Amino acid sequence: MHNPFSLIGKTILVTGASSGIGRSIAIESSNMGANVILTGRNIERLQETLALLKQGQHQYIASDISNEEDIITLVNLLPELDGCVHSAGVLGLTPIQAITKEKIDEIERVNLHAPILLTKHLIKKKKLTKGASVVFISSAAGVYRVSTANALYAITKNGLDAFMRTAALELAGKQIRFNSVNPAIIETEALCNIPITEEQKKANLEQYPLKRYGKPEEVAYATIYLLSDASAWTTGTEIKLDGGLTLS
Amino acid sequence: MDIQLFIQNVTDQFDELNVELTPETNFRQVEGWTSLVALLVITMVDEEYGIVLPPEEMRKTNTIQELFDLVVSKQ
Repeated sequence: MHNPFSLIGKTILVTGASSGIGRSIAIESSNMGANVILTGRNIERLQETLALLKQGQHQYIASDISNEEDIITLVNLLPELDGCVHSAGVLGLTPIQAITKEKIDEIERVNLHAPILLTKHLIKKKKLTKGASVVFISSAAGVYRVSTANALYAITKNGLDAFMRTAALELAGKQIRFNSVNPAIIETEALCNIPITEEQKKANLEQYPLKRYGKPEEVAYATIYLLSDASAWTTGTEIKLDGGLTLS
Repeated sequence: MDIQLFIQNVTDQFDELNVELTPETNFRQVEGWTSLVALLVITMVDEEYGIVLPPEEMRKTNTIQELFDLVVSKQ
């Protein structure tokens, strides 16, 4: 069957693959025929993800990419990649008065420094093939809207967006594409750690014209489009997934 | 300093894979030479040879040999 969205024969690295959106991207990419390389900090959870993948030449490499030494070790272990999905990220609500230098460093290390440095080392070590596609899991926050107590997170995602577009421009000569998927709230375990009451959640959901939060696999499907040859002429763009949140 | 290794290091900065450089090549006339490649060459010289090339001095070089000589003169 003709399928321009197929990932058959492509080797794809997924960061943050031990849970949530990253895990879903790994699973759905394997369903589309990709050979997936999982990375994340927790070996047990990486093994869990690995067990959920459709049969293929998959592997995991445990790595803490908030540390540049680990990034360099990871990159040296990698084969040539046709795609890379930067899905590792952390959430965190911090009112402006509660911001500290440490909190800024902590969130930037994972959400901003890690994808930037991983990209740098992948390019430098020539691990991305001609025609490769790099996808950043960004956010609606910081790019299309801001919300109370979310300044630090929004800053990292806005910065990631600027990096993505610059990389698209700078590396077009090597035929490497860079895009992002920018979801509003997705139902993941990480979300459960955000302290909000059921009433607050209900009120928040009212802002979504489609009356629900997104599902991890819906982020995965948009990512698959960007990884596949169907998007071969798409670079430097964001795909907004928000259930209509930012329409009004 | 080995000029063959230096040539390889400069070649690596081009996007194009079939770039062939010799000491006599005027690198500014090579297809694919851009301001970005120039920046990448400056970065490479810094990382590989520990030398910060002053842009105004680099601007005076045209051939690979001249660029190589400039780097050597700074060592």
